[in-house]
Amino acid sequence: MDIFTTHRGLMVTLDRANIDTDQIIPKQYLKSIRRTGFEEGLFSDWRRLPDGRQDPAFALNQERFRGASILVARNNFGCGSSREHAVWAISQFGFRVVIAPWVIRGGSRVPGFADIFANNAVKNGLLTVQLGEAEVQTIFEMVERFPGLQATVDLAEQRVILHMDEEESFHFEIEDAVKSHLLKGLDDIAITLEQDAAITAYERNHGMD
Amino acid sequence: MAKTLFEKIWDSHAVETLEDGTTLLYIDRHLVHEVTSPQAFEGLRLAGRQVRRPNLTFATMDHNVPTHDRGTIADPISKAQIEALEANCKACGITLYGLNSDRQGIVHVIGPELGLTLPGMTIVCGDSHTSTHGAFGTLAFGIGTSEVEHVLATQTLRQSRPGTFRVEFTGRLQRGVTSKDMILKLIGQIGTAGGTGYVIEYAGEAVRALSMEERMTICNMSIEGGARAGMMAPDDTTFQYVANRPFAPKGADFDAAVARWRLLPSDPDAVFDRTLRIAADQIVPQVTWGTSPGMVIDVTGRVPGPADLPDFNRNDVESALAYMGLTPGTPMTDIKLDTVFLGSCTNARIEDLRRAAAVIKGRKIACHVRMMVVPGSEQVRLQAEREGLDHVFKAAGAEWRFAGCSMCLAMNPDQLRPQERCASTSNRNFEGRQGKGGRTHLVSPEMAAAAAVAGHFVDFRTFQ
Repeated sequence: MDIFTTHRGLMVTLDRANIDTDQIIPKQYLKSIRRTGFEEGLFSDWRRLPDGRQDPAFALNQERFRGASILVARNNFGCGSSREHAVWAISQFGFRVVIAPWVIRGGSRVPGFADIFANNAVKNGLLTVQLGEAEVQTIFEMVERFPGLQATVDLAEQRVILHMDEEESFHFEIEDAVKSHLLKGLDDIAITLEQDAAITAYERNHGMD
Repeated sequence: MAKTLFEKIWDSHAVETLEDGTTLLYIDRHLVHEVTSPQAFEGLRLAGRQVRRPNLTFATMDHNVPTHDRGTIADPISKAQIEALEANCKACGITLYGLNSDRQGIVHVIGPELGLTLPGMTIVCGDSHTSTHGAFGTLAFGIGTSEVEHVLATQTLRQSRPGTFRVEFTGRLQRGVTSKDMILKLIGQIGTAGGTGYVIEYAGEAVRALSMEERMTICNMSIEGGARAGMMAPDDTTFQYVANRPFAPKGADFDAAVARWRLLPSDPDAVFDRTLRIAADQIVPQVTWGTSPGMVIDVTGRVPGPADLPDFNRNDVESALAYMGLTPGTPMTDIKLDTVFLGSCTNARIEDLRRAAAVIKGRKIACHVRMMVVPGSEQVRLQAEREGLDHVFKAAGAEWRFAGCSMCLAMNPDQLRPQERCASTSNRNFEGRQGKGGRTHLVSPEMAAAAAVAGHFVDFRTFQ
């Protein structure tokens, strides 16, 4: 798996909350038995008009966002289906980071990313960054104000730095396990197989030969 | 120390607590289907790894399968995916309920039906609706393909411990209101991310009064509220359902298992991280109006506009209304339908079909409506045919199909056309979910059947 330490790149914004994995990669792309080639399907229903032409209003079709590698959206990104194809499509399209805000709803803190999506992202070296709602709003505004705005995402320091004349930076929280996994690019299965004796002992204690 | 149902199962399945704070959790059942598994099997092969416990792994094919003519799969890519599952199961010694098996069906329907789903277990599957199995007092959740590979290789998963969230439904449901309305009401209240990071335990008088089929509908849609897992305490209703299922323990073993299962419910003084109460007797039939399950309203209500919905971004509401072709202020009962889909892992069990058939019996579907009935499994289909339910549906003008996921996600040929409006008993009303441009309204089987007859939504409580 790719190691993630720090990444600098162009940001693109999608002004939608609850972007579900059916939008990220529609079902017709899930029939493949391969692990590559999913970039074709990324947001395919949103990228094309009903007549099949590219929709010029959709951000990923716009020249100003060509080559973007940091995707910024609203709350609850990646909800819905567990399809890891959604993460594959985002990564294979060229994104290394997705940023979405946590929000307060009904007195509770609601995470920026759906659980299964966030899990799948870690396994593929895609960093999901949660910021506050106001911080993400700032990013949306700065991306409009400064064409070509780039950011650096520093995982070790847990910071997102917006490269404007007057730099602005935001701290983000991340689970220790996720952070070290990404920094080291670990192979989960290999690590777990090192616990083979413990697994075998568990099975023996539970009557499985 | 007092423990919740979730904590009891988590703690008893912890192989080890790892240095990074995660837990290595033993998995009792791994359910596999054709869409999220091929890359996992390929990963094992490339790394030269084996399936650790083929006997704890069960596979079926459901997402891609045709429901009209099972003999031929016209789409060569779908066909290749189905053949890949057959080859992988054969190579690894995994039991597969394939297209020629009378045990084939939607993975979350056949698990409980075969007794593969038992109280106290941990169950995973590369499918977000794995939460369904939580209705039995199991810890069951969906995983991605990398995790499928991890479970195949190690029979464990590395997981961070989620929070606990108790949702209590007080009082009893009104007549004509269903468990589908309970879960839609909850999602409308907490939002589609309201349960993210939590395992929900559903409790209260209204939950206890539900059958297993009705309970599964609630747990199934936990993920639509953001919770990877939803659970319910096992009780006599659970044990009666499980008894005599093919994979359930038998005789003295069953009695011993029931004695263990009775210890599973949350201790009375167990503490949850979060709690919520909902008055079940106040719930009326629900219909979604938008493109997210949280965009839901009472059938007695009107299509809302951005000003009515402070918790939503204005953009999202406007684009949902435009996509759905709806104008704020329109009474929900004025919305006319083109199609009714009775199916999916949410609502295609035998009871769901019986309830819908009871509404349809002796009536005709409105002339402008097409209705498709897709049983959740071949066992459900055969049972329904023994009871004559297929004749009831066909006599009313509905199509009767073979088992599969079908139009819930439209991976097979069962799809909506652009702008076609559908009342669906499934779980997701996302844009394009049932076919590109298709417009989905989520409802209960009873509401779907009544809408098929009337040609528009009706309040099932007053439907004659």
